Amino acid sequence: MKPQIRAETEQQPTRKRSPGKAAKKAVRDPKSTNKKKAAAASRGRLAQAVSEHIVEILSDSGEGAQRCGQSLAAVAARTGLGIWTVEIIPAEIQPPARSIAGASGNRVRLASRRIMNGGDEADLVVAFNEQVLLNRVRDNELKPGCVILLESKWRHDPDPEIAASYAQIAEELTASGYRLHEIPMEDECVRFVPDTRRGKNMFVLGMLCNIYSLELGLAQAQVRFAFRKKDEKVIDVNLELLEAGYQWAEAKLDLKFTIASSRPREPQVVVNGNTALALGVVASGMEVCAMYPITPATSASHYLSDIFEKVGCVVHQAEDEIAACAFAIGASYAGKCAVTITSGPGLSLKQEGIGLAVMAEIPLVVVDVQRGGPSTGQPTKAEQGDLLTAIFGSHGDAPKIVLAAATLEDCFYSVITARKIAETFNMVVMVLTDASLATAQQPFPRPRFREDWLAPPIDQSAVPEGAKPYDWDPRTGMAQRFIPGQPNGMHCLTGLAHDRSSRVAYDPEINEEGLRNRSLKLAAFQRTLKTPPVYGGDDGDLLLVGWGSTKGAIEEAVERLRADGKAVSSLHLKFLQPMASGIKDVLHRFGKVMTIENNWSDSLDGDLIDEHNRRYSSLAWLLRARYLIDIDCWSETRGQPIKPGTIVEAVQKKLN
Amino acid sequence: MHAPRTECLLNLIDQEYAIRDYQSDIPPRWCTGCGDNGILTAVQRLCRDEQLPPEKTVFVSGIGCSSRLPHYMNAYGFHGLHGRAFPVAEGIKLRRPDLHVFVTTGDGDCCSIGAAHWLHAIRYNMNMTVLMHDNQIYGLTKMQASPTSPRGLKSNTTPRGTYLDPLNPLTVTLGVSNVSFVAQAADWIPEVLYDIVSKAYRHKGFSFVRVLQRCPEFLPHRFDPWVKDPSSTRLLVHQQGLALSAETSRTYRNQEIHDPGNLDRAREIASLTEEIPIGILYRNSDVPCYEDLREGERPNTPGLIRTVLDEEFDKVTIWPEEQQNQAPAA
Repeated sequence: MKPQIRAETEQQPTRKRSPGKAAKKAVRDPKSTNKKKAAAASRGRLAQAVSEHIVEILSDSGEGAQRCGQSLAAVAARTGLGIWTVEIIPAEIQPPARSIAGASGNRVRLASRRIMNGGDEADLVVAFNEQVLLNRVRDNELKPGCVILLESKWRHDPDPEIAASYAQIAEELTASGYRLHEIPMEDECVRFVPDTRRGKNMFVLGMLCNIYSLELGLAQAQVRFAFRKKDEKVIDVNLELLEAGYQWAEAKLDLKFTIASSRPREPQVVVNGNTALALGVVASGMEVCAMYPITPATSASHYLSDIFEKVGCVVHQAEDEIAACAFAIGASYAGKCAVTITSGPGLSLKQEGIGLAVMAEIPLVVVDVQRGGPSTGQPTKAEQGDLLTAIFGSHGDAPKIVLAAATLEDCFYSVITARKIAETFNMVVMVLTDASLATAQQPFPRPRFREDWLAPPIDQSAVPEGAKPYDWDPRTGMAQRFIPGQPNGMHCLTGLAHDRSSRVAYDPEINEEGLRNRSLKLAAFQRTLKTPPVYGGDDGDLLLVGWGSTKGAIEEAVERLRADGKAVSSLHLKFLQPMASGIKDVLHRFGKVMTIENNWSDSLDGDLIDEHNRRYSSLAWLLRARYLIDIDCWSETRGQPIKPGTIVEAVQKKLN
Repeated sequence: MHAPRTECLLNLIDQEYAIRDYQSDIPPRWCTGCGDNGILTAVQRLCRDEQLPPEKTVFVSGIGCSSRLPHYMNAYGFHGLHGRAFPVAEGIKLRRPDLHVFVTTGDGDCCSIGAAHWLHAIRYNMNMTVLMHDNQIYGLTKMQASPTSPRGLKSNTTPRGTYLDPLNPLTVTLGVSNVSFVAQAADWIPEVLYDIVSKAYRHKGFSFVRVLQRCPEFLPHRFDPWVKDPSSTRLLVHQQGLALSAETSRTYRNQEIHDPGNLDRAREIASLTEEIPIGILYRNSDVPCYEDLREGERPNTPGLIRTVLDEEFDKVTIWPEEQQNQAPAA
């Protein structure tokens, strides 16, 4: 049954016109623009000042909501707004159209200050169909009363089921208190492009720029930049759509917000975590990255593949993860420290190679862009599930250094730090990031390149006669590695237990000497670490401890809780293995300690779970074991970044 | 590198390497009569004859009896992981064209656990010499069937005999794109083994030599029919092929003139079952090497890194208002 089409006051009379000069004229005609402005003014369209807003743009895959969101964020950042973007990615490349699971898009948090996370629920959502919108509604991602701008073409869809579904959902949304605006995106866009799947996103970008009082000129520059590799025609059409969206919102919508902005004092760059990571690889002076495609790590290698050859370096796509690790180890052994970039399942495959690098003391940087696990798990979703694998993975006693990037800026600098540590201590250094950092965008101060970030040229001078390749220093366990090409340095490196001359040795003393020295390096490195600062107050009722990408959300939660009079602080660990001295003293200054993590832990709510069988989240296990303090944990595994509001609720529950 | 130039030159003149310069002070610990000993001798002779500086020579291996070889060389050695010798060797070679890279591997290491790497190593065609010691059995783990074990072989994991026909390393190698050098040698014909190793070394590309190797401990009689009856060995000869001594020619009369450029015939020869072909099956010097294809045209200097980083940052920079004029035209 075809549902009734209700009167749509906001819809322009449908004018089917082929895209062409007439269409352009209609938009650019100053008279018509003036008329529209007058119309808006006559409706008393005043901008509402807000300190922040969370916007989501949702579409089927391939309709460009992600580009729209990224462009909106870039434009907002250029005006000096604080931004943070979160990608909403379906698991498939081309999921069925109009499917709930197929929602693809971007969340953009806009604020008048610098922000470090994606925030809570959305204030305004643009959806290209009602099904993708349902995805977010059902996940409780919309604030009560959220503004929804919904493509209205489905109301007239020739398929009665689609039309009925649309009508029903639209009605339900309105009944649920959402402020629904039905937007004739299709009718507006078809005047410029025959296939609105390629173009509607720019119309929406124009609308959003208008709604958030962003300068059209900045958006135009952004569109030109985003399409810089396309020809002029494509750019022109997208510019027309952008302006059409802007003017349409100006004329037809009663929505207008302003968020105070201030231009930064120093240059900022806007990139996502994986791009920052790839730039970090270049800046670290590493020359070889060996990898195998895996989500969500691969986009770092995509970008690196694009730029690494410009500095004479190589991204090698190996035949598998194992080969990628072994290739990086070979490159490190014969030259400068190399890097391999992967995600969870790939890390599992590399573990044997990592053990070899530990045993043979070959410097190696391993980056793990974590995702949901185990197994294939949630490849496009965020989780912090690999911490214990990173620290305790491989086999036997395999000490390695593990650090986690907490911000996008950190993704850049962590690689530089990791390379330095790896080469100084001849160790494996793991850098943990995750899917939420990988795809999030946020401005951070533009790094100023320093030559001392780079690895020095490899030593090819003759080794003194009689020098040994594993001449471990008794205090630090450190030894000078010999690199092929160095005269007198010939030895056979081996993954077997070996003595100072790299000779295979099974006798108990030599085996323990090797284990002791490899372990000692970790302690020597640990002595260089500083106690991380406490965020909030130096003591109090509750200390939240986190690591990695949750930093922004945890600190925002701490701010809100402290504003509410709660004596809550947080501690964020960059180095997870080894941990800095002084942490125990910090933990003791608080009545309670609880970790906040994006990985699994048993909740004590169930009947079966008690203190004898409860499985803690990763960091809580580590802290409990080391500091012998009854540390609690709160964790979530929803495949998304943890929201500050969720942490606030968890803490309030803990404090009550 | 930091020695005075004259000293380096003097070293060049003075230094003539002898066999002992390539022998480590660890005596080989293979079983008496093991074919690996003959392979080691051939390799050490090659290094001497080519006067390879030991510090510029790297022997990479996996795990297994064959992979012990680097320990017995005075050179840089990399005795790594089971099956992973190829990717390690590729990583070494990629940015160190100055190093002479050898890979010693076995039938289990190469054709079983490392099979994926083997296929891709052929395709990468990086300049290295590969000696695949094929004794058709797992020795170090004590007699389990390998992929090249003959069908029906009783071993500790196949007490009622193996179920499958063996994998043929020659036909497999010859079936991979970019294959550039394939040869077969036998440890019991040392003169030809040396000649093949030498030709393999001199070929620029991935030189794959399957060496039929006797295991006196676990398969003592496996190669007897061929060792005892030279007529069942077919020597491949050609102007660009083996240089046989008169004596060898007299002993091994079953010879075929085979042009190593003929891939189709090479595949037929590789498929022989009754006779063992020995010699160079295939050689193609025109296949590009991966390390050459990936050799950067731009030097990896700090100045260049700064420039490229700046270029990339410029694309994504938001400038403070007073510096706006620095912003690139979007």
